[in-house]
Amino acid sequence: MPEVLDVAVRLVAIVAAFLVLPLVAGQMEHKAMAHMQARLGPMYAGGFHGWAQLIADGVKFVQKEDVIPAAADRRVFGLAPGVALVPYLVVMVVIPVGPGLVGVDLDAGLFFVLAVMGVGVLGSIMAGWSSGNKYSLMGGMRSAAQLMSYELPLVLAASSVAMAAGTLSLPGIVEAWQWWWLPWQAIGGVVFFTAGLAELRRPPFDMPLAESEIIMGPMTEYTGIRFAFFLLAEYAGIIVLSALTGVLFLGGWHGPLLPGPVWMLLKVFALVFVVIWLRVSYPRLREDQLQKLAWAGLVPLALVQLALTGVVKVLAV
Amino acid sequence: MDGYFDRYAVVAVLLAIGIAVVAGGLFVNRLLRPDRPTPEKLTTYECGVDPVGDGWAQSQVRYYVFAYLYVVFAVDAVFLFPWATVFAAPGFGMTTLVEMFVFLGFIALGILYAWRKRVLAWT
Repeated sequence: MPEVLDVAVRLVAIVAAFLVLPLVAGQMEHKAMAHMQARLGPMYAGGFHGWAQLIADGVKFVQKEDVIPAAADRRVFGLAPGVALVPYLVVMVVIPVGPGLVGVDLDAGLFFVLAVMGVGVLGSIMAGWSSGNKYSLMGGMRSAAQLMSYELPLVLAASSVAMAAGTLSLPGIVEAWQWWWLPWQAIGGVVFFTAGLAELRRPPFDMPLAESEIIMGPMTEYTGIRFAFFLLAEYAGIIVLSALTGVLFLGGWHGPLLPGPVWMLLKVFALVFVVIWLRVSYPRLREDQLQKLAWAGLVPLALVQLALTGVVKVLAV
Repeated sequence: MDGYFDRYAVVAVLLAIGIAVVAGGLFVNRLLRPDRPTPEKLTTYECGVDPVGDGWAQSQVRYYVFAYLYVVFAVDAVFLFPWATVFAAPGFGMTTLVEMFVFLGFIALGILYAWRKRVLAWT
């Protein structure tokens, strides 16, 4: 019985983190982006600096009419937001926030994470195809192309860490981590984070959504709660990507003075801030530039990182 | 939590919770939302004018080359993971390192070939 209780507490904590952290990231984006653009952002909802803005948005979304276009493939159209959202919740089960503080320690953890995160992108491909809308279709195609191009550098950079640690279990990787891995795995870290951003279709990699040319890409026809699920999936994705980058390349819960979980949270939100910062700073990449960055930039860099990891690990350690 | 598959049972439970969260959201939405469909509302969105032709329109798919590239390399990359956990084990050292450079050489050659064939440049 205590075992079941233990698992239940962990699962409740994961679901709570899944429902709260994306909102914090979203509010942070509202405010940080506004101040970077010399605006104030939301100031009214909740009284203090618009802290309840996203809750108000949620209340609005849940009351909105569910419009499914007559031309759409109803069943796939309805399922797509769920397919986009649920994988990010499932991935959270293997992300450690402190020694022993992890949903479940899978021995193939890293592999599991990469496999399940790939499923999330299926949601937007499904949405793009089922909407029966030309813009959605183009957005869905672009999503698919982007996923395929950036999955390879993501996988290569992640396997470099697995080589360094000699394990695929995420808590195992953090336990093996030492401070000099920072410079050693730096290239891999940059490649992983950049490729992850591209998989989330965050600016400057938001060509599949590109609101100035194809409305909102795969989400063009979505309204109300289903659209809200897509948005939640985006922010949950940011949290998961930041947490993974923190765990794999920045040492997870390692850090002086403060307790482990606090360090982990600090690292996650520092990376979330970088994600927002990049959105405000860079213009959108054109589709062929996107593909070129992946194949001619990130993949060779990831191969260099693999070579470096292999040589140092065999010769020096 | 000692059995190997028990751990994946936890993952399955979380998956079920995730599906329940989405289904719950949709159910609450169903209770609260108005439902007044009109033919105009259900038209495909095309910037305010009536849609032209079918949504699944014919277009030139230029991405299939990347799909080929991906399939070729991703299948290779999957084999990296089991190898990564054992490559530095005592007794392997140099052998696996040389093997790794052979592997990297293959991938690099593949990308170089794609580059020379100009599939990475569109104009």
